[in-house]
Amino acid sequence: MEHNINLESEISTHPYEVRLSRPTEDTLLVQLSGNWTLGKGLPSSGEVEQALETGQRVQRVIFDTQGVTDWDTSLLPFLKKIMELCDHHAIQVEEDGLPQGVRRLLQLAMAVPAKDTGGVSKPAGFLARIGNATIGIAEPGAEMLSFIGDTFLVFLKLLRGRARFRRSDLTLLIYECGAQALPIVTLISFLIGVILAFVGAVQLKQFGAEIYVANLVGIAMTREMGPMMTAIVLAGRSGAAFAAQLGTMTVNEEVDAFKTMGFEPMEFLVLPRLLALTLMMPPLALYADFLGILGGAVVAKGLDVSFMQYFEQTRQALSPKHFALGLIKSAIYGVLVAIAGCLRGIKSGRSASAVGSAVTSAVVTGIVFIIVASAITTVIYEVIGV
Amino acid sequence: MANTSTHINVHNLDMAYGSFVVQRDLNFEIKRGEVFIIMGDSGCGKSTLLRHMIGLNTPARGEILYDGENFWEALPRAREAMMRRFGVLYQSGALWSSMTLAENVALPIEAYTDLSPDEIREVVSLKLALVGLAGFEEFYPSEISGGMQKRAGLARAMALDPEILFFDEPSAGLDPISSRRLDDLILELRDSLGSTVVVVTHELASIFAIGDNSIFLDAEVRTMVASGNPKQLLADPPTPKIREFLSRGEL
Ligand SMILES: Nc1ncnc2c1ncn2[C@@H]1O[C@H](COP(=O)(O)OP(=O)(O)OP(=O)(O)O)[C@@H](O)[C@H]1O
Ligand SMILES: [Mg+2]
Repeated sequence: MEHNINLESEISTHPYEVRLSRPTEDTLLVQLSGNWTLGKGLPSSGEVEQALETGQRVQRVIFDTQGVTDWDTSLLPFLKKIMELCDHHAIQVEEDGLPQGVRRLLQLAMAVPAKDTGGVSKPAGFLARIGNATIGIAEPGAEMLSFIGDTFLVFLKLLRGRARFRRSDLTLLIYECGAQALPIVTLISFLIGVILAFVGAVQLKQFGAEIYVANLVGIAMTREMGPMMTAIVLAGRSGAAFAAQLGTMTVNEEVDAFKTMGFEPMEFLVLPRLLALTLMMPPLALYADFLGILGGAVVAKGLDVSFMQYFEQTRQALSPKHFALGLIKSAIYGVLVAIAGCLRGIKSGRSASAVGSAVTSAVVTGIVFIIVASAITTVIYEVIGV
Repeated sequence: MANTSTHINVHNLDMAYGSFVVQRDLNFEIKRGEVFIIMGDSGCGKSTLLRHMIGLNTPARGEILYDGENFWEALPRAREAMMRRFGVLYQSGALWSSMTLAENVALPIEAYTDLSPDEIREVVSLKLALVGLAGFEEFYPSEISGGMQKRAGLARAMALDPEILFFDEPSAGLDPISSRRLDDLILELRDSLGSTVVVVTHELASIFAIGDNSIFLDAEVRTMVASGNPKQLLADPPTPKIREFLSRGEL
């Protein structure tokens, strides 16, 4: 008796073919033919599974691969699935019909059973994922607070003259954060001045008060935009660089090497970066203030306000107080950008992609810090009336 | 080997990453001046054990004693003092990439001794010469080969004449001759400085050439399955797996 269950792949574009039949009642013959190569897609073993689990009980599975013209890796997962299934149902498999190479590769693949590593679990359900995400929110917050605490402690150590780091590192970092940022800060702050002046001029012109563009640009640059734009530029330059440097050092075990030699990474790596950025941010912001005002002057010139008039107006509008308030902000931004960069770098995972996300996250965290700090300080200035 | 008192004692140590237990119930002791080999199949937790011993990972359970002093229960200051007696050569070399080789070796010397810059320079040249890197003082780690980085890492590990030297796969990536020279150097260091040496390695030639004592960690049962002198382990293997390991799988 031969029931011929013809389960030929329905999609005829596949160059491979699986034909199942029962030469005897309890034997399943799996007949393979055609071209089994990776480029043609991975065949599914579903049909065989079905044939094994339905109908008359199968005791033995045999193969016939004479019609196979070409095969590579794509054949193996198919066969491995079948073997595992047979193993599970205690069905005997006869591999004689398979090509030599296939048999050897299968043996290799089945030689070491998958290890229970405890870590890989089934993807959690929807509710579980929401729960985990909620619990997960607290973690970065706690991490950040403890990092800020550590930063504070090393800062105290610095004040007591007990902090240990290489002075040459600090000099180099100051050069990288400060001098090397000059070109980009020049460009950005000049253009910000131009933009502010344009926006203001359009409005003020309606009242014939073009000269007040000087007040607008001067106050906006010194109190807010100069420090903020400088900080954002440095978050993208230095904050990202810090995260990348510290992240790579973590990957290369360099941070471990510091620890085992008794050098505290907070002291040795984070402190010089924090100092360099906090020291360089205010001078750069001051420089940005002046370039923004210059940008404003150029626009005003187009509105028939001479440079002399413009600068005289600016001088009257600004007092040292405005500069000082801006510089206080910029020092705060410096600390925050450095903390964001170093925190993400030190906590980076040990792979290239982890360093990549550390850098992204350093820039995002840095910019969020800047905007939030800006809002808070502005409100405080407002409340104390300066 | 001046005396043979116990130098390091590992007691009931369990190691885990989160809930994934790497090894459990490790018990062994290392004598002063001994070359101690940690061996086992890939992924069984040798590097992890080393990280526990040098203070980078905290044990899930159990203790590690140095000269009878509990490492993980010591106050931070005392622990730091203990760590200063270690020299570590990492699997990847782990040289500080922003510093030249000379600066790498000099940093610990500057930090922990009162030598003058000239004296430091001399010591550094000597240490680099010991590992065959004389003349490479001003090179950066990225400008030398992987094997040279390993050797420079060794020079840095030896900078302060440590009491205990830890090596993670020192001869991986070295040619047979350099690897042999490294073995000789390890023995030389042990004999001249009296250092205790803890080595993670699969290199059979090294295991038999330098090992005084050893433990074998098993990835399947997740604990140590044997300990003793490697030559004796080969002569009288306690399990087939160890025989296979020590005879290079040639059964
Ligand atoms: N940071 C980590 N987080 C989670 N699991 C880890 C981590 N590092 C290592 N493991 C796991 O711990 C086990 C032991 O790793 P370890 O690096 O100690 O092995 P090893 O014996 O040094 O191997 P090799 O000889 O290949 O260097 C491995 O199974 C690995 O998957
Ligand atoms: Mg390892």
